Amino acid sequence: MTDWPILSVVTFLPLVGALFILVVRGDDDVSARNARWVALWTTLVTFLVSLLLLPGFDASAPGFQFVEKKAWLGDLASYHMGVDGISLPFVILTTFLMPFCILASWESVHKRVKEYMIAFLVLETMMLGTFTALDLVLFYFFFEGGLIPMFLIIGVWGGPRRIYAAFKFFLYTLAGSVLMMLAIMAMYWKAGTTDVPTLMQFGFPSGMQYWLWLAFFASFAVKMPMWPVHTWLPDAHVEAPTAGSVILAGVLLKMGGYGFLRFSLPMFPEASHYFAPLVFTLSVVAIIYTSLVALVQEDIKKLIAYSSIAHMGFVTMGIFAMNEAGLQGAMFLMISHGFVSAALFLCVGVIYDRLHTREIAAYGGLVKRMPLYATVLMVFTMANVGLPGTSGFIGEFLTMLAAFERNTWVAFFAATGVILSAAYALWLYWRVVFGPLEKEKLKSMMDLSPREIAIMVPLVILTILFGVWPAPILNMTSHAVNAVVARTDSVAGAVKTALLLSF
Amino acid sequence: MSQLLPPLGAVLPELVLAVSAIALILIGAFRGEGSANLVTGLAIAVLAAAGVLVLLQPGAEISAFNGSLVIDPFGRFMKVLVSIGALVSLIMSVDWQAREKQAKFEYAVLVVIATLGMFMLVSAGDLIALYLGLELMSLSLYVVAAINRDSVRSTEAGLKYFVLGALSSGMLLYGASLIYGFTGSVNFLQIASIAKEPSIGLIFGLVFLVAGLCFKVSAVPFHMWTPDVYEGAPTPVTAFFASAPKVAGMAIFVRVLIEAFPHVSHQWQQIVAFVSLASMVLGAFAAIGQRNIKRLLAYSSIGHMGFALVGLAAGTAEGVRGVLLYMAIYLMMTLGTFACVLTMRRKGQAVETVDDLAGLARRNPLMALMLGALMFSLAGIPPLAGFLAKYYVFVAAIQAGLYGLSVVGVLASVVGAFYYLRVVKIMYFDEPVDAFDPMPTELKAVLAVSGLFTIFYFVYPAPLIEAASVAARSLF
Repeated sequence: MTDWPILSVVTFLPLVGALFILVVRGDDDVSARNARWVALWTTLVTFLVSLLLLPGFDASAPGFQFVEKKAWLGDLASYHMGVDGISLPFVILTTFLMPFCILASWESVHKRVKEYMIAFLVLETMMLGTFTALDLVLFYFFFEGGLIPMFLIIGVWGGPRRIYAAFKFFLYTLAGSVLMMLAIMAMYWKAGTTDVPTLMQFGFPSGMQYWLWLAFFASFAVKMPMWPVHTWLPDAHVEAPTAGSVILAGVLLKMGGYGFLRFSLPMFPEASHYFAPLVFTLSVVAIIYTSLVALVQEDIKKLIAYSSIAHMGFVTMGIFAMNEAGLQGAMFLMISHGFVSAALFLCVGVIYDRLHTREIAAYGGLVKRMPLYATVLMVFTMANVGLPGTSGFIGEFLTMLAAFERNTWVAFFAATGVILSAAYALWLYWRVVFGPLEKEKLKSMMDLSPREIAIMVPLVILTILFGVWPAPILNMTSHAVNAVVARTDSVAGAVKTALLLSF
Repeated sequence: MSQLLPPLGAVLPELVLAVSAIALILIGAFRGEGSANLVTGLAIAVLAAAGVLVLLQPGAEISAFNGSLVIDPFGRFMKVLVSIGALVSLIMSVDWQAREKQAKFEYAVLVVIATLGMFMLVSAGDLIALYLGLELMSLSLYVVAAINRDSVRSTEAGLKYFVLGALSSGMLLYGASLIYGFTGSVNFLQIASIAKEPSIGLIFGLVFLVAGLCFKVSAVPFHMWTPDVYEGAPTPVTAFFASAPKVAGMAIFVRVLIEAFPHVSHQWQQIVAFVSLASMVLGAFAAIGQRNIKRLLAYSSIGHMGFALVGLAAGTAEGVRGVLLYMAIYLMMTLGTFACVLTMRRKGQAVETVDDLAGLARRNPLMALMLGALMFSLAGIPPLAGFLAKYYVFVAAIQAGLYGLSVVGVLASVVGAFYYLRVVKIMYFDEPVDAFDPMPTELKAVLAVSGLFTIFYFVYPAPLIEAASVAARSLF
C-alpha cells in the first residue's frame, strides 16, 4: 500500500481546518460564512481520505493495519496508531457523520460561528484518535481530550439549562476516567508497556484483572452510558445543539462499547467472564427501565436519549455474551445506532429550527404539511424500533440470539424491551406526525429544504441498505471479532480446566 | 588549604546574585526615588544571568564549603525554575508598579536577595545551610508581602506571613536541633549514614522538620496563611509567591528527605502521604466557594502542592522525576494565570473577583482561549501539560503501591476540576461585562509563552522529561 501515514492524516486533518479558521480574520458575517465552508470542506475531505482506508484494508488479515509507531513519551508511551475490523467502522462512521453535523448547524447556529466550527473540528480529531490509538496513554489523551470541546459545545450553544448539563457531562465522564488512568498505570508497571497489541496477549494475574476490569468499567459504563450512571445523557442531549446531540449519540456513546471490545474483553478475559452476570443485569435493567422512562417523556430529544440508553443496553448485553453473534451484533448495532440516532436527532432539529420547541404536545398532524418529513421520520423510527428490513433489526436480533445462548432469561427480558421500544417510538411518531392539524403555528410549516433533503437522503439509503444487506459491515468486523472471542474462550476453557483439576 | 579556599566557580551564580544585590541597593540608594525602573531592569538582567550561569555549569556533582552546598543536576534543574519564576514575576510587576504608583526599587532588590536565598536552599547540603537559605528567602518574602505599606491589606498579609513564618521556622529549627542531637551531624549524607534505625528522638526531629517545610510549600495542615497572604499581597508579589518560593521549598523538601533520611523512609512516607492527601482534598473542596480569584488560586496552589507531594510520597527516583516535572509545569501554568489576573483592570482599577471575567471570550477571545487552556491544564485534562504532570506523579505512586493515595488523589482532581471549569464557564458561557484595560505587552508575551507551552507541550515532551530524569537520578 501507500507509505504515507494515512491514519495520522485522517486524524489530524480536522485540526488543520480548525487552525485555518482560527487565523482567518474578517468581519462577522463574512468570517462566519468562511468558517462554515472551511469546516464543511475539511470534514468532507477527511471523509474522502478516510474512505481511502477501505481499499487498502484486508478484513481477513490478523492484527492491526496501517500501523504507525514513533517514540513519544520515552519509556512510558509511544505514538502508536493502527486500525482493525473493530475500529475501522467507527473511524468511517465518525468521518461520515461530521459533514452532517456541520450542515445541520448551517443556519441554526448564529452566534460565534468560528468558535463553534473550531470546537467541532477539534472534537473530530479527538474522536478519530480515540479509535485509532494503539497505546493506552495515547488513547486516554484522545478519550479525555474530547471532553473539552464537547463541554464548550453544550455550554455555549446549548439550551436553557446548558450550564448544568455541561458540568454534569464533564464531571461524570472525568470521574469515571481517572480511575481508568490509574489502571493504565498499574498495567504499565505490571507489563512494562502501554502498547495495546502487546497487552492484549499479556495475561494479567486474575486477582489483578478484577480491579483493572472494574476501573475500566467505571470509565466505559459512564461513557456508554449504562444504568445507573446514565443520568448525564438525557440532560446533555436535551441541552446540546442538534449537531452536538448527533455526535453525542452517533459517536461518543460508541466509545464505551469500543472500549469494552478493545480493552476489557481481550485484556481481562477472566474478569470479563466473572463480571458478565453483573453486566447482563445492568443491561436488562437499562433496557426495560429506560424504555419505560422513555414512554412518559414530553420532550422529543429526551425520549430519543432514553431510547439510546436502552439500545446501548443491547450492545453491552451482546458484548458480554462473548460469542461471535453477540460481538457481531453489538458492533452492528453500534454502527447502525450511530447513524439512526444521529438521523433522529437531525429530524428533531428540523422541526425545532421551525418552531423552537421540542415538546411533543406542541406538534401534531405534521404529515399534512410535511409529507416528505413524515416519510423520512418513519424510516428512522422503524429503524429505531428494529423493524426487519432496516439496519436496526440486524443488531438487536444478533445480540438477543447471543444472549439466548448464554442465558434464556436475559434474552427474554431484553425481548420485552423490543416491544416497549415499539410502543414509545410509534406513539411518539403518532403524536407528532398524525392527528388533526389544529395548532396555528404548525399550519405554516414548510417541508424539508433542499439542504435538509441532502442531509436525510444518504442516511435513509444507508438505513435500508444495511437492513437488507448487512454483509459489508459484518465482513469487515468478523475477523477481528472472532479473534476477541477466541481470546476469551481460551481463558474460559482454562478456567474450567483449572476448576476441574482442583477437585 | 583547599578547604579554606572553596571552589568559588561552583557557586558563581550565587556570587553574582549576592554581589549584584548589594550593587543594586547602592544604585537605588544613591539615585533615589526615580531609580525603580533602572534597578528593576538591572535585576531582571541579573536574574537572567544567574539562570544562564546555572545552565552553563558542568554536569557533574560538586560539593562546596565542606559539603554545605551541593551543586548537582537536581539543584540545577530547580534553580533554573526558580530563576524563571523570579524573573518572570519581576517582569510582570513593572507595569503594575507604574499604574499603582508604587514604583519602589527595594522590591527588585528584595526579589534578587530572595532568589539568592532560594538558590542556597535548593543546594543546601546540611541543616545549617538549609536554615540560612530558608531565612534569607523568608525574611525577604515577609517584606515584599508588605511592600505596599500604605495598604492595610498588604501590611496585614505581611504581618500574618511573618508571625506564622517565624513560628514555622522555629519548629524547623527545633527539629533540626533534635536531629543533630540524635545523630551528631548536620550534614545530610552523614545523617543518612548514622540514622539507619528510626529512634524516637530522630522521628520527633523529622516531624518538626517536615512541619516547617510543609509551611513553606503551603501544604495542609500548615496552609492557613496562604489564602490571606495571596489575597492581601499586591498581585505581582502573589505571582512571585506562587512560583519561585514554592519551587525552592519543594526542592529542599525532596532533597532533605531523600538524601538525609533514606533509611527511615517508611516513617516520613506516612507523613508525606497524609500531607499530600489532605492538601489535595482541601485544595479541591475549599476552592469551590471562593469568589476572589487570588484566593481561588491560593487554594488551587495548595492542591497542586499536594499533587506534587504524591511523587515524594512514592520516595523513588520515578517519584522525584514526577515532582520535578510537576513543579516545572506548575510554574509555567501559574505564571500564565497570574499574567491574566494582572490584566484584570477596569478604568485603571484592579478587579479581583472571578465574575469580573464574565464573557471574556467575546471581549478578548485570545486571552480567554489561553486562560481557558490554563484552567483545563490546571484541572489535569489531556492533552494539556497539566495532565502529563499529574500522570508522572501518579505513575510513580502506583509503582510504589500507594493505591489509596492515588485513588483519593485522582478523585480530588475531579472535584477540583469543578472550580476550574467554573472559571471557563464564566468566561465562555456568561454574558459579557465591560472590557478590561488593554493588556501590556510584557503580560501578553508571558501569557502567550505559558499558554502555548501548556497547549503544545505534549507534541515534544522528551527534553524536559529527560532533564527531570537526570536531575532525579542525581539524588539516588
